[in-house]
Amino acid sequence: MKDYFAEIFTGGKSLLVGMLITLREFFRPVVTVQYPREALPITPNYRGHTILVRDEEKPEKHRCISCKMCERECPSNCISLHGEKREGVKGLTLVRYQLDFTKCSLCGTCVEVCPTDALDFSDEYRHVGFRRDDFLYDLLARVEKGQ
Amino acid sequence: MMTESFLPPELLRILFTAICAIVIVFGNALVMGYLERKLAGRFQRRPGPMEVGWQGLLQLAVDGVKLVGKQLVIPRHADPVLYRIAPIVSFAPAVLPLLVIPFSPKLQGRDLDIGLIFILAVVAINVLAILIAGWGSNNKYSLLGAMRSVAQNVAYEIPMLLTLLSVILVTNTFSLKGIVAAQEGLWFILVMPVAFLIFFIATVAETNRAPFDLPEAESELTAGFMTEFSGMGFSLFFMAEYTYMFIACSLTVILFLGGWHGPPLPYAEYTAALWFFFKVYALLILMIWIRWTFPRVRFDQLLNLCWKYLVPFSLVHLLVTAVVLKI
Repeated sequence: MKDYFAEIFTGGKSLLVGMLITLREFFRPVVTVQYPREALPITPNYRGHTILVRDEEKPEKHRCISCKMCERECPSNCISLHGEKREGVKGLTLVRYQLDFTKCSLCGTCVEVCPTDALDFSDEYRHVGFRRDDFLYDLLARVEKGQ
Repeated sequence: MMTESFLPPELLRILFTAICAIVIVFGNALVMGYLERKLAGRFQRRPGPMEVGWQGLLQLAVDGVKLVGKQLVIPRHADPVLYRIAPIVSFAPAVLPLLVIPFSPKLQGRDLDIGLIFILAVVAINVLAILIAGWGSNNKYSLLGAMRSVAQNVAYEIPMLLTLLSVILVTNTFSLKGIVAAQEGLWFILVMPVAFLIFFIATVAETNRAPFDLPEAESELTAGFMTEFSGMGFSLFFMAEYTYMFIACSLTVILFLGGWHGPPLPYAEYTAALWFFFKVYALLILMIWIRWTFPRVRFDQLLNLCWKYLVPFSLVHLLVTAVVLKI
């Protein structure tokens, strides 16, 4: 008999405590981010796909010397670049830098190995495409467009 | 008067009452559908529907269009007649109790002397509808849900009726208007709070609301008795559920919370309905709050709660009420 009433008391109390917890949550602010319309700031440590660093002091806006170190070091062979010799310009001029993001594992070896620090990670995380070709990024075009 | 020769006032009154009842049913379903989703979101710290209309206000309208557009599939080997009429059997009686609910002293369809019994009788048809739906679906989960619903409703009907009897002993009438009038000055919740608690718990169980939503139990029985229903059949069940919730809360308000009584308003004979609706929606929000707080009970827990706690307490309560009244 004692247990019977004790159970009513403890049970009822636990129910009330539960109700108070949900009530407290009710009055706390909503944590949802309305994603397409608002986005959270990304941590600077985020490693997106690689980009050529934009360098305002150089006429080509990037520091790449077409040494092909990144292409050679890349474990998944996702980088292909080409430089050509031009009249009156010292060294090679980069004419094409293509990143196949479908293969890239974001290991960062290319960034580490680059002798001129021309490569860095972007903060881009919205990759959408309908075809495989949509993920062949032309980094040279990007740096020239100012992205 | 022209209208008098055109339509007898009694007929006009019937038409008007019927229209009002249907407006209340659909309006309540809209409001509750929106409130439930919005409050559910807030209890979990998310915003709820936001995309359609300001703060998702038009979400329910869009959902209605979606449900109308859905294909109606009858499962193979299901009983086509039972399967088809189940949502209608559930929904149609839900409108009837609104005819006897006194919203204010003058806003009432009919003041039946047996108003309370009328409501209880009509509402009980819902169990039949759930049983038909579960049986006719040719689906073992539906059948299990239906069986559970019957056991649950039979069990919880008893404490509900016993606490009702306590109130009836005090007021000496089954007329809902009479019961509300008897609470002028002193609401019955102050006289018998235990009865209020028992009655409220029993109505939550009777309307198959969480934590007593065993007939649906989506995590165990997919969706219980309504598993096989799509489109409007499904939404009729939902509208019926919201209407039964409204009726259950109206009954609680009428029996324990003083019905239309409240601080005086101008034209109180009509505007007192505002107090009535205010109390009903406060209770409905409480039901939503309960739903999003407690996990679903196990079936033995459900029956234990009823037979071990609610029934003895309501019996003792009835006895005490009778003794006190005799003294």
